[in-house]
Amino acid sequence: MSLLDTKPEHIEGWNRPPVIEPDGEGELLEVAMGPHHPSTHGVFRMDVALDGERVVRLKPVFGYLHRNHEKIAEGTTYLASMPYTDRLDYFCSLSNNWAYALAVEKLVGQEVPERAQYIRVILAELTRIQNHASTIGFLLQEMGASGTPLMYAFREREKILDLFESLTGSRMMCNYMRFGGCRVDVSGPWLAATRKVVAGLPAFVDEFEALLSSNEILMARCQGVGVLKPALAVNASISGPMLRASGVNYDIRKVDHYGIYDRFKFRVPLGDHGDIYDRYMVRVLEMRESIGILNQALKEIPGGPIMDPKAKLRGFRPKAGEAYGRIEAPKGELGFYLISDGSPNPYRYRVRPPSLINLTVLEDMCLGQNVADVVLIFGSVDIVLGEVDR
Amino acid sequence: MRTVEEIKAAIEAAVPDAGVTLVMNPSPAAQHSLLLQPEKAVAVATFLRDSPELAFDYLSNVTGVDWLDKEIAEKVKVTKSVTKTVDGVEQTVDETVEETQKRVEPGYLEAVYHLYSVALKDGPLVIRMRTANRTDKIEMPSLTPVWRGAEFQEREVFDLYGIVFAGHPDLRRILMWDGFKDHPMRKDYVEPDDFEYEPTAHDEVLKRAQERQASRD
Repeated sequence: MSLLDTKPEHIEGWNRPPVIEPDGEGELLEVAMGPHHPSTHGVFRMDVALDGERVVRLKPVFGYLHRNHEKIAEGTTYLASMPYTDRLDYFCSLSNNWAYALAVEKLVGQEVPERAQYIRVILAELTRIQNHASTIGFLLQEMGASGTPLMYAFREREKILDLFESLTGSRMMCNYMRFGGCRVDVSGPWLAATRKVVAGLPAFVDEFEALLSSNEILMARCQGVGVLKPALAVNASISGPMLRASGVNYDIRKVDHYGIYDRFKFRVPLGDHGDIYDRYMVRVLEMRESIGILNQALKEIPGGPIMDPKAKLRGFRPKAGEAYGRIEAPKGELGFYLISDGSPNPYRYRVRPPSLINLTVLEDMCLGQNVADVVLIFGSVDIVLGEVDR
Repeated sequence: MRTVEEIKAAIEAAVPDAGVTLVMNPSPAAQHSLLLQPEKAVAVATFLRDSPELAFDYLSNVTGVDWLDKEIAEKVKVTKSVTKTVDGVEQTVDETVEETQKRVEPGYLEAVYHLYSVALKDGPLVIRMRTANRTDKIEMPSLTPVWRGAEFQEREVFDLYGIVFAGHPDLRRILMWDGFKDHPMRKDYVEPDDFEYEPTAHDEVLKRAQERQASRD
């Protein structure tokens, strides 16, 4: 059905998208942005109804990359889903590993040794830095700064991916964490190389900011565009940098203290306007805070085992019950909900995808804006289609 | 964090006839949940969101669970008249025998909501709703008017489990395509044969394909 045939009706309730009336001159034009539009980072479609340049209706269309990850995971053992979680958000495989391991550890009451906790924090924060850097690079790419900012970001990302490769054997599909620890131990030379990379990161963020933060074009295109109000952001379950850019102080690392995040000193950057520029700025500031966490973790990392000796790998059968575990992934709240019926396979395995749920308010942010800004608003949400469609 | 029992008491004080049941979770996570009556679910959800002491303003996760019909085997003592030959004389004697009887407990579809409080940095509270069965009475009220974050997630549950959320503003399939029948996350879903990998569908494969198609139409 065409979007032009549907007449948007006003639904009672403050948390519904507004109804934008066309100005009455000329006809509406329906544009399918995607599934092969370069700004969609994959296969995603936005059906947009345009009145001139102005967006009057927008419907996101998903499912092009759907492979029913949850069903596949229910048909296999707990551990066998671990490599598959890498493929959800393929930019941040280590965060996905941690979220899944955390949920299973909650389900069985598994402890994690100190050293493994530190390794997890180090890897998760490295993941966050490379994700935020690439996201900003892609955002600039969509703004028309073709190539250069993205390549600056990818230069840094490359160094971090090299660290992942030397530790886990894979650049993006790391499959590193296990229930009760990690798969292989970090070596002295690896830690030395990581310290060296982390020591170079502040200079990179400074350079990035000097080039971008006060750039006139970036400010003109981003400030006041795609505004998301804090009340709607909370009601629509928005999470991650997007929620904090709207001024809501909610970082799961601070709220849940999962892992050992209560030991590190870091601040939670917040925005005041909730526009694209704030989302950009929150990500830059989060990179700086992540560097701070990395410095503390690399200094304090203790020796010891990386796996709990009581952890069971073979014949892993959790007792009947359920658990929901969540972490602050770079894109937002990544959760896993598991129900066990005592068999080796999960009875129910659910991924709470931050990318999909952050798109709930895409329509609200885009209505009334120019069609060229839709690309930017969409880019500032930061999604990966592997996680949206699962 | 208040305990689930305290939250249950608060709901019962605020919403008359709420009919909330406590569902215990035996795992070490100990995330117990509250089972809501579908008729009262919107009122209870609005109370949970708006009450200043609870303020569950953030709906983190919505998901469906499919519970199949369960066959429960029970041992029952049954008294029977048995004809026996005792000392060469045929007699009818009442004897108590243990028998295994099978009872079918009907299955249902379940929607699970995980709530957090951004205002009070509290949570999680797990609430659930159940349908009457898995075939025709599969409606329950949508909580999207209360928490907008449920919009896409309830669409996903509708798509993959077939729960119909009454009051949802835009209940369409989200991940599968519009012409798709069936709900792939249900436990009794039959995967289609991989016809497309056969060079040409003929003989056995063609027969299976046609049977499968006929059963779907």
